[in-house]
Amino acid sequence: MSGGYEDERGMAGGAPRIPGPRWAADDHGVLPPEGEPAAGTEGSPTAPLVLTHRVLQSLLGAWALSVCSAEETDAVEEHLTACAPCAEEALRLRDAVGLLHHEVALDLDPLLRSRVLENCLGRRPPTIPVPDWAGPYDAETARLDALLRDLGEGEWHAPVELRWFDGLRPASRPTTVAGVIGHLTAVDGLVASALGLDRGAGPRPGPGQGPGAGTPLERTEALWSGWPEDGPPPTRAVRGPWREQVHTLLRTVSFAGRGAPELAVSYGGFALPLRDSLLDRAFECWVHAEDIADAVDYRYEPPSGAHLHDMIDLAARMLPAALAERRRAGLAAPGALAEAGAPGRTLHLEIEGAGGGDWYIALDSPAALGTPDRKIAQVALDGVEFCRLVAGHVEPEEAAAGQDGDRAAIRDTLLAAASLSRM
Amino acid sequence: MAKDTPPRWDRRMQQRLSRGEAAALGELYDRFASLVHSTAYRVLDDEEAADRVTREVFGYVWENPDAYEPRRDGSMRSWIAKLTRRQAVHRLRQAETRAQLERGGGGAEDAEELERKVRRAAVSARADFIVRSMPTPLRLALESAYLQRRDYRQTAAELGVTEDEARRRLRLGLQLLATANTGPLDGRAL
Repeated sequence: MSGGYEDERGMAGGAPRIPGPRWAADDHGVLPPEGEPAAGTEGSPTAPLVLTHRVLQSLLGAWALSVCSAEETDAVEEHLTACAPCAEEALRLRDAVGLLHHEVALDLDPLLRSRVLENCLGRRPPTIPVPDWAGPYDAETARLDALLRDLGEGEWHAPVELRWFDGLRPASRPTTVAGVIGHLTAVDGLVASALGLDRGAGPRPGPGQGPGAGTPLERTEALWSGWPEDGPPPTRAVRGPWREQVHTLLRTVSFAGRGAPELAVSYGGFALPLRDSLLDRAFECWVHAEDIADAVDYRYEPPSGAHLHDMIDLAARMLPAALAERRRAGLAAPGALAEAGAPGRTLHLEIEGAGGGDWYIALDSPAALGTPDRKIAQVALDGVEFCRLVAGHVEPEEAAAGQDGDRAAIRDTLLAAASLSRM
Repeated sequence: MAKDTPPRWDRRMQQRLSRGEAAALGELYDRFASLVHSTAYRVLDDEEAADRVTREVFGYVWENPDAYEPRRDGSMRSWIAKLTRRQAVHRLRQAETRAQLERGGGGAEDAEELERKVRRAAVSARADFIVRSMPTPLRLALESAYLQRRDYRQTAAELGVTEDEARRRLRLGLQLLATANTGPLDGRAL
């Protein structure tokens, strides 16, 4: 993943520590590479080079690294027998070459971050903590950032297909790894707007739009359209602004008052309270990190069980409203009349694996109460699979779900789960 | 990208840490974890031990943000690198001593061998930091010569500079790197 170089010399071996008075040409180690003779090495020995002290001195680095011509090497070594200061420096520089080595490409364990931070906060409790409800966003953005740090320049251009379920069928849109980060930056900008931070990283509102206007799609397109058409496509330069906005958001919510979690974040067509919005952003960050990891052929783990649980819970809480919306659009079977706050027909969503649990989804109306007593259907599926469904990455009919009970209710619920996705 | 820590960022970070702002700790980790971990790994050659030193260094900085004195320590980056080398060398010495005792050693020869090993590790870690922090033109020239194995004329062409300049950069880069061999061997625990 990192731009691995080949080198047969190893770390410190190869060159002799103390240069001999005459350095035979075949003592050069493996330099210069075979088939690529350094300038001036062809042919049989020529007349010795005559160089000034200044030039000889300037050659000491190249000599120590064995990257000058054979004639120059000879001339330098001849000089070293006569010039003490140069001989002393030559020795020092040759020793320094032994300190060069190949960066060991050791990827930081993404789980190390939470362990290190927990240890710190245990040793000295913070005066200004990051609120618990921002924890998933903090963790997921850090995990993505670790992935981005290891990307090679070319990998930023790797094609990525953004996928979602548009309510009727799967939809997609091609972009690149850099494009995905632009997308995340643009949509995180909605949260920044709600917090009054809309400057810098996010796209400027277009004419006629108030600050913070726009749906996630509009904001993303506005940001993408700001990228130069004729210039080279963006690469790692997009990482800084994204990360900086994330840091600003986390810092701002740490200082925000008690009412902050309930602050409304507008997504254009709808709004979420800040705490749910950051959870939603954490979810999107994970989903898109996985898109990126797939594109560059890298492994990426799901969030921790506790964070996964919060994400599933958010989707489960949003399901009744999504069902109602589909019903209004004629895409779902009509519900029964239900009194607000009263128990109604219920689907039992049983999530298995890490982050799992039981959720009771009210089928009749967002105002009704889901309850085990009124259960008419049950769906069981793995937590990560459920999240893929909610991300629109799995078609509702194809979700690997155990099903029991009212067929129509199950179908409507799975379709509603998929239609929670968006670009 | 993490190379240019403007003094303003350092000062602000120190204030935020002193104030006990957890979000600042997260940012500090994001900026320096890779430096700390790779330095510790270079010294200890053991991932678990490097994880531990990473925990210790960030724990120390979080508990003692006021121990940082820009005038004495330079940038926060070089301060943290120094703390890491110190702690990693300390842990290396501990581990090696333990290993020697388990082998039933501990004589004068072993002590000498241990010192050599510790010194070598400390110098390597210092050298890494020097390479990471040297001016980009010098680093690129060294990488071209050492990693890509170009002769200095090819390096000059690659970097778009004169041959004279390429020679100058290689020499200067090595001169900087050579300073890793000097300086005290400091392995006090944090």
